[in-house]
Amino acid sequence: MARTKVVVDPITRIEGHLRIEVQAENGMIADAWASSTQFRGIEIIMNGRDPRDAWAFTQRICGVCTVVHAIASCRAVEDALDITIPPNATIIRNLVHGMQTVQDHVIHFYHLHALDWVDVVSALKADPDRAGQIARSLSPWPNNSGTYFKAVQEKLQKFVSSGQLGIFTNGYWGHPAYKLPPEVNLIAVAHYLEALDWQRDVIRLHTIFGGKNPHPNFLVGGMASAINLDDTGTINAERLSDIKALIDKALVFVEQVYWPDLLAIAGFYKDWASIGGGVPNYLAVGMFPAAGSDFRDIEHLYFPRGIILDNDLTKVVPYDEQKVREEVMHSWYEYQGAPAEGLHPYEGQTVPNYTGPKPPWTFIQDQEKYTWMKAPRYDGKPMEVGPLARMLVAYASGHEGVKALVGEALGKLQVGPAALFSTLGRTAARAIETVLVARKMEDWYDDLVGRIKNGDVATFNDQKWDPSTWPATARGYGYLDAARGALGHWVEIQNGQISRYQCVVPSTWNCSPRDAEGQKGPYEASLVDNHPLVKPDQPIEILRTIHSFDPCMACGVHVLDAEGDLVTTVKVQG
Amino acid sequence: MYFPLTDPWEPGATLGEHLHSRGVSRRDFLQFCGEMGAILGLSSLLTPKLAKALEQLQRPSVIWLSLQECTGCTESALRTSHPTIGDLVLNLISLDYQENLQAAAGSAAESALQQAMKDHHGEYVLIVTGSVPLAEGGIYTTIGGRTARDILEEAAAGAAAVLAVGACAHFGSVQAAAPNPTRAVGVDQIVKDKPVVNIAGCPPIADTITATVVHYLTFGRLPDLDYDHRPLFAYGARIHDQCSRRANFDAGQFVKAFDDEAARKAWCLYEVGCKGPATFSPCPIFQWNGETSWPIGAGHPCLGCTERMFWDTMTPFYQRMPKVSGFGIESTADTIGAALAVGATAGVAAHAVVTGVNRMRHRKEGASGSGGGGPDGGSASHEEDRHGQD
Repeated sequence: MARTKVVVDPITRIEGHLRIEVQAENGMIADAWASSTQFRGIEIIMNGRDPRDAWAFTQRICGVCTVVHAIASCRAVEDALDITIPPNATIIRNLVHGMQTVQDHVIHFYHLHALDWVDVVSALKADPDRAGQIARSLSPWPNNSGTYFKAVQEKLQKFVSSGQLGIFTNGYWGHPAYKLPPEVNLIAVAHYLEALDWQRDVIRLHTIFGGKNPHPNFLVGGMASAINLDDTGTINAERLSDIKALIDKALVFVEQVYWPDLLAIAGFYKDWASIGGGVPNYLAVGMFPAAGSDFRDIEHLYFPRGIILDNDLTKVVPYDEQKVREEVMHSWYEYQGAPAEGLHPYEGQTVPNYTGPKPPWTFIQDQEKYTWMKAPRYDGKPMEVGPLARMLVAYASGHEGVKALVGEALGKLQVGPAALFSTLGRTAARAIETVLVARKMEDWYDDLVGRIKNGDVATFNDQKWDPSTWPATARGYGYLDAARGALGHWVEIQNGQISRYQCVVPSTWNCSPRDAEGQKGPYEASLVDNHPLVKPDQPIEILRTIHSFDPCMACGVHVLDAEGDLVTTVKVQG
Repeated sequence: MYFPLTDPWEPGATLGEHLHSRGVSRRDFLQFCGEMGAILGLSSLLTPKLAKALEQLQRPSVIWLSLQECTGCTESALRTSHPTIGDLVLNLISLDYQENLQAAAGSAAESALQQAMKDHHGEYVLIVTGSVPLAEGGIYTTIGGRTARDILEEAAAGAAAVLAVGACAHFGSVQAAAPNPTRAVGVDQIVKDKPVVNIAGCPPIADTITATVVHYLTFGRLPDLDYDHRPLFAYGARIHDQCSRRANFDAGQFVKAFDDEAARKAWCLYEVGCKGPATFSPCPIFQWNGETSWPIGAGHPCLGCTERMFWDTMTPFYQRMPKVSGFGIESTADTIGAALAVGATAGVAAHAVVTGVNRMRHRKEGASGSGGGGPDGGSASHEEDRHGQD
């Protein structure tokens, strides 16, 4: 039987511009290609600039994961200039990064991913009282009454009757892949709406410390939000009370809405625990250093650094940065005189070489080069990054919190650990992580308040602020695990200016194209792992698996250098 | 941001009927109109007129294009600050295409876009986030195999109004910073045959976007704009003149280093690089995320992100007022204050919006009345300097 070529472009409900092409045969996907179709070239823009400004430029790589590039950038510059930030600044960054992670994961689940599993129109057939009973059996959340769900349903009915569906136009409603009972669909629709309100409130924590969201402000050497309990314009008891209330609000929603919804919905989609696994290797660089330590201290990260190979959870392989290589065999770049196994980022070249068809085009899968993403490999292997990678590395490392929640999820769903390596496992891991980070924020808050109580209000180290204190040349790196996976920034400073800047970004790993040996990247591999596609014109199954990675494409930001000059050329993407 | 399910608005119904049907009282509606009027800088005497116009509205189509960008502007829009007002305002529209939120993907999404453009040709509001990369025939951003430029030109042709939301749509933002590798440009470099409103900022405050839409729908025309096509109701006042730390500037009370004693007293950030004196933005007035705070309020200097090419003209960010004409880096604060006072008046007269802004409900007490300089608008010297560096 002939294969059917399928294009999904744009992939909606993601950050940025992603194109997926597949070949389908007998209701299954036989082959797949992932193409990033946006390039911005931010790294070359960094050259010659003040390294203290770098966080603001690189932050604009992404407005969804709006703090992670800024933190990675500050860390890279601090590493290069040998700056130790005060413990309070570490805690504040953890709180900001923590709330980012929690808020981002909730938005992903309800507003980006849920419509892959939840049939909005089906909710019209629900019995609201029955929905209330189900919801109360899952959680003590106060809005779990039949009256409440009835009101939501009436609004929904009126909306559908209007014929003006707005962003719900042409959804795949009624597709046989939707399996939830109408009552669970109704509960999920109600929580979709509640999460819209919740997300804009809890993120105010960023505004308190950083002045705004998206794109709150950061500072090399610490944080700019001074602490003074006796001033109206600083972090004081009123601001701290607000922060505490926001952390509480975040945790309650995550524990009483997100986590129960995830388990309830997953229970109807257990077949997706054997679909969409793909690449069996997982990389995490770790996140959330304890106050008084930093990201380089792998003993004091809340989520650990390490690698899982071949789905083997009995062993965590130490991460060795020297084993990272990037290839461009199938990317719109060329390497000059480079070895077939690719280049380490420090020797990276980024010379764009667009060979694709002239727009508008129809298919790109028959092209040798087909994306703006490079192909990063660790020790020659493609790696998945993100919440699943972090939870697997933590699980295999014996992280108590992760083991407990993984155990709870597997127990309630009555599946074994192998279920983690799947589309469903990816989505569940994100929820597990959210619960743990929301809980951990309470500890960080207590730590911060305790330090202030003991008289420590420092938020900034000014010893190396003045460029006259810097060495003539310096180089450093900064790591953290962003919501979507492992992130690293590298900076080189000469005579007070940036001479080289480079980022290796989560979506680069996950959206990687094939490499010289033909190994697919994680998106591509997941789509050919026992993966159905029943109706090619309604590719809901593709959206499920691609959304389970939470794609974030804006980071496709490689350096551009017309001469191919290695001094200024570095790669980056994401 | 968008609450289609909570507020279904049936075709043919006016907003007044729609609100009545969902149980919104006359009193609540008038209060909403009063608050929206305040954001727009209107006298409260105009509230009944605003209410009448809003009541008679039909639900218009809005098409939102995401081009070369980071999605921060969509995220900002998701954070509209007043739930009831944001909910109301955003239900003034039928959001018929928005890639970040819509259910359908691929061809189903594209056909929704085509259908909306066809059904509402000449009537829809086009919101654009992101820049347009022109280098190499536009290959640096494609959607559905088409270039950003191609998509924008098609959508703009049938639009009644075009709102360029955020710094990327305004002038290309960070990717247009020197040396602008992809030749990224703003919307007004592509759409020349109809007015383009620049909702400036990286990102802009959500209320600025919604109030601009309300203005257009209510009065049937776009709001008055400044020299850079930014709505005066939001961008007509300089941060420096509305700043809660202005009194410290005038008193010579400056933060010398982050987290010093002055920083812990929330004094003026001018000497650590604040660009408030050269930036026209509603930040100190609207504030961010439900009036929680704003950048200077949280102790960090203003980056000047509502100004064209700020990545090149406002950097280094921590250096005192680099590349801003009228005063050199070495000038004292007193000299700067005097220079600004001299250049002030012409801009105000031209803009004539300060009165409106001063009526704003959320205005910070004492923010504008504390200095000797008085409010000033965009002096010609600022503009010339900026353009000279493009």
